[in-house]
Amino acid sequence: MEPFFGLLAGNTLTRLVFFPAIAAVPLLFLVKAPARAAKIYVLIASLVELAFGIFYLATHLGADGSFTLVHDAPLTWIASYGIKYDLAMDGISMPLVLLGIFLLPLVILGSWKGISDHWPLFGVSLLLLTTGVLGALLAYDLFVFYVFWEVMLVPMYLLIGIWGGERKIYAAVKFFLYTMAGSLLMLVAILWMAWTFQGLNGGVWSFAYDDLLRLNLPEHQQIWLFAAFALTFAIKVPMFPVHTWLPDAHVEAPTGGSVILAGILLKLGTYGFLRFALPLFPHASAVARPLLLTLAIVGILYGALVAWVQVDMKKLVAYSSIAHLGFVMLGLLAADIVAWQGSLLQMVNHGLSTGALFLLVGMLYDRRHTKKFDEFGGLAKVMPVFAFFLVFSSLASVGLPALNGFVGEFMILTGSFRTLGWPVAVATFGVVLAAIYLLKMIQLTILGPITKEENKKLSDLSFREVAALVPLCVLMLWIGVAPNAFLQPSRQALEDVLTQYKQRIEEPDVREASLRPVATTVAAVSAKATEAGR
Amino acid sequence: MLEFLWLIPILPLAGAAVNGLLGRRFPKGLVTAVGVGAPLLSLLVALGCLWVYHGSFPNEAYNQVLYAWTAGDLSIPVAFLLDRLSAVMLFIVTFVGFLIHVYSAGYMAHEEGYSRYFAYLNLFMSAMLLLVLGNNYLVMFVGWEGVGLCSYLLIGFYYDQRFPPYAGKKAFIVNRIGDFAFLVGMFALFANFGTLNYADLFSRISEQPGLVTGPTVMGLPLASFVALCFFVGAMGKSAQIPLYVWLPDAMAGPTPVSALIHAATMVTAGVYMVVRSNVIYQLAPGVSQFVAVIGAATAIFAATIAIAQTDIKKVLAYSTVSQLGYMFLAAGLGAYSAALFHVMTHAFFKALLFLGSGSVIHAMGGEQDMTKMGGLKKHLPSTFWTYLIGTFAIAGIPPLAGFFSKDEILHAAAGNGQWVLWTVGLITAGLTAFYMFRSVFLTFFGTFRGTHEQEHHLHESPAVMTIPLWILAAGAVVAGFVEVPKVLGGIDRFHLWLEPVLFHPAGREAIEHEMGTGMEWALILIAVAVAVAGILLARRMYGGDSGLANGRTWAERFPTLHRVLVNKYYVDEIYDVLIVKPLAGLSRFFWKGVDTFIIDGTIHAGAYATELTGEFGRLSTTGNVRTYALYFFLGVILLGCWIAFG
Repeated sequence: MEPFFGLLAGNTLTRLVFFPAIAAVPLLFLVKAPARAAKIYVLIASLVELAFGIFYLATHLGADGSFTLVHDAPLTWIASYGIKYDLAMDGISMPLVLLGIFLLPLVILGSWKGISDHWPLFGVSLLLLTTGVLGALLAYDLFVFYVFWEVMLVPMYLLIGIWGGERKIYAAVKFFLYTMAGSLLMLVAILWMAWTFQGLNGGVWSFAYDDLLRLNLPEHQQIWLFAAFALTFAIKVPMFPVHTWLPDAHVEAPTGGSVILAGILLKLGTYGFLRFALPLFPHASAVARPLLLTLAIVGILYGALVAWVQVDMKKLVAYSSIAHLGFVMLGLLAADIVAWQGSLLQMVNHGLSTGALFLLVGMLYDRRHTKKFDEFGGLAKVMPVFAFFLVFSSLASVGLPALNGFVGEFMILTGSFRTLGWPVAVATFGVVLAAIYLLKMIQLTILGPITKEENKKLSDLSFREVAALVPLCVLMLWIGVAPNAFLQPSRQALEDVLTQYKQRIEEPDVREASLRPVATTVAAVSAKATEAGR
Repeated sequence: MLEFLWLIPILPLAGAAVNGLLGRRFPKGLVTAVGVGAPLLSLLVALGCLWVYHGSFPNEAYNQVLYAWTAGDLSIPVAFLLDRLSAVMLFIVTFVGFLIHVYSAGYMAHEEGYSRYFAYLNLFMSAMLLLVLGNNYLVMFVGWEGVGLCSYLLIGFYYDQRFPPYAGKKAFIVNRIGDFAFLVGMFALFANFGTLNYADLFSRISEQPGLVTGPTVMGLPLASFVALCFFVGAMGKSAQIPLYVWLPDAMAGPTPVSALIHAATMVTAGVYMVVRSNVIYQLAPGVSQFVAVIGAATAIFAATIAIAQTDIKKVLAYSTVSQLGYMFLAAGLGAYSAALFHVMTHAFFKALLFLGSGSVIHAMGGEQDMTKMGGLKKHLPSTFWTYLIGTFAIAGIPPLAGFFSKDEILHAAAGNGQWVLWTVGLITAGLTAFYMFRSVFLTFFGTFRGTHEQEHHLHESPAVMTIPLWILAAGAVVAGFVEVPKVLGGIDRFHLWLEPVLFHPAGREAIEHEMGTGMEWALILIAVAVAVAGILLARRMYGGDSGLANGRTWAERFPTLHRVLVNKYYVDEIYDVLIVKPLAGLSRFFWKGVDTFIIDGTIHAGAYATELTGEFGRLSTTGNVRTYALYFFLGVILLGCWIAFG
């Protein structure tokens, strides 16, 4: 344990991942603590975590804005199976990790009033969830990845099941079972790969990402493994037709749960494709591409259309997530550098704009205890500040140029069009539908005459609420106007993965599994370079 | 001076930010100072740049790169371009824009949300200037959607009423359909050229037309595909059939907004885009012909609707749609300079007409229905005279601006031997003269038909509103002289000015259509005669004290036709039945049928089956020892069988 504490004390990934969990420990003993104290404590913890995150970034970001792979020194965990506690961050995981850390304090501010019971436990759930998410994003050993993947599940289950709405149990169980169904298959696939690896490696086991990336498997084996991984990730994204847990989970989840769910949890699915499912099984993913592509495009149009006819504001935003994540999947499947950079950026963008929208829905819910459109209308008159933020965030979500959503969407679509052709034109129609449903939301909530007596004396946003929204809007504008600072860190990492991925797709199918020599993995090469540099 | 080019769009943006964030706490005077001052500074910088540009860079384009957006091999410079084409647009936008800001200070003086109004209007200026000054399609697109946003915000300015927010939403969505096509066009260009910069694209295309006529995208040659996509984009922004439906509803916004955005500047962006992309259109003759046909069809279609409208702003709105059709007719015929010339003259006289109608509406206390006006000539002399000048200009009466630009377009149709399009254009010219003078007679002549209270309050607008009217009226008189046709002793100055931005792709040399002088004179005289006939007919039907009643009698002779025209050919209703309702039905089916019934149904069935299996399995665990002994016995037999036969 000693080396672990050593890591924890330094400016390391371990500290980033485990600080929230450690901060949660005192709360477990103080479950009866007054809500106000708990809130302040958790807020401070989240700000400290944010400071750690920014400091980590500041110390590792290259002078030209690039970000190369950094490892924490790996620790042996289960020696006989070669399982190592190994965390690493590269340009692909870095933006998502920072997004997760960045959202946490805003979530706490957004839940200040909305959560009335068991605040200490609520804080524990949020903190543990953060640890799970960050761990899954940074794990460089597939066994460790799986552990963190499952760790994420429990706090989210509690967030929905305890602090949720009327049908919270239904939604929580649905969320849990959907996710479990996929992830168990993934566990089997991981174990099978490690077993194959030891067979080829003279009986020495390993779950390390770089090692398993060396597996050169025949296509028929890849297909089964890919199917297991892809199903797990597709449920998380979520892709059509395994998306129906999401609207229920969102509608029932408390505001904070929704923000984290949409903001960062869903990204684990798309991240999983980018990090694992595509690079590990290049041939299988090429075979499955037409199918996944179809599902992604169907998701874009279907999610948007269903969002349009919703009568519940939160459900509308939930369905819009399905459409937005469809764009991200489209970009990943295009296997084009511009599209990939766009997809990664769009994961962040969606976290910001949809995060803001869920916060706004929550602020309205805190006042009126309803999310139904027919209870609102004309709120701009009494809540002009709320109206401003709602319009701003919606426009970012619509993909209006000069705001973040456009930058991501444009890169995804431009990059995909040159590799995929006309299906991308079909997907592009999603931008029209996005305008249709989001403008409907704006119109039904804040525009027109005030029809309900209760709405005439609603209070506008408080300072705390504005404080939760401003950072999001600043980032939306920044990315929209000058996105380079957000694109540069991931560029090299994505290019490396893409080059290797495309190379391997081109390679002929093999009849039996074999191991590639160590040096052929690009990621391993740059990892070595980093080791040497330290 | 040119290094300050970037300030032109930034100044109004700053104005928008200041008024948008702090305006609610500002005294009104400060809001006005910022809101009108920013476009004024922008105009001054623009004039300075134009002066220097005109002097020192006669042919060269001036580029100013601020920074670039790069990802992978994508590199989009955020850069501005001053060339002969953007110079014309820059002048129109800053000059007319500034005048309308001044006018707004008077028109909106007593409205709630004064600072919000100026924030939006400044933001619009900024986006519009980005649109015309960008040196690549992406910057144009940023401005393109930016003006769409401002249009949405300003149409829905009276947000606490029911209709304006609806009209704003409709405008945004219909425009988005066009923007979708614009995007796809950009994707196709980027996929083939790896750049969206005008200079790179156009020089490569004009040198090697094979680059765009050879490769195909979705079954069309690249040039045709891109040209078609961009034109669909233009259909949305510039309100052409079938995407024109948002513009008439856009009149729900304040009237100066209608003048600036929905007449003078934003709606001409589509024309600007086609003219800018002229090299692509020249290499897509089929699409160009399509553009011309759509333009002509829109021109006459909207003109027929305009003759039956009684809302003064609706008349002007359909008139705008119709005039935009003229511009596309010209652009489709390859007469790009004529298209842009009409953009310029139209900016003057249509802004003038809208502001004039605003002055009328202001005096009438918000009334827009012409059947309740009449006889306003003596109460609003400045408004009347300037409106009359604008009407003569749009009717194409020489020597006002509209005459020259319309003549140029009809001349292009005739010169190309497109006599059908020429005839349509000519009939439209007659209709235009007719419905515009109808509005003049109904509004300013005859007897007052409003309430006593309204009559009591009738007053000429303050100088802050009438001075812009007179300046625009002067423009509507003189703007045409920049392009006097050769047959009338001119030198086609405007065409020569634009020559450097009009490409002549290799292998497609421009064909000079020489018509005899006599023929040209004949065409001009026919056009003028048709316009005069339209005016005289309007006078006969609507002139005099009982003009309205006379007109009604005429309409009653053709009840069906009249009803169809009043109801705008029922196009909104048709769209609703054919597109909106089915799409909503489909969406509801997806939600309730697919999501809830099929997918969740399957999952619930799975869960139920699991539960059932559990229930069934539980039956075996009876807790009875004899049952377990039986299982044991059966197991032994199975094992024995396996050993014996397996």
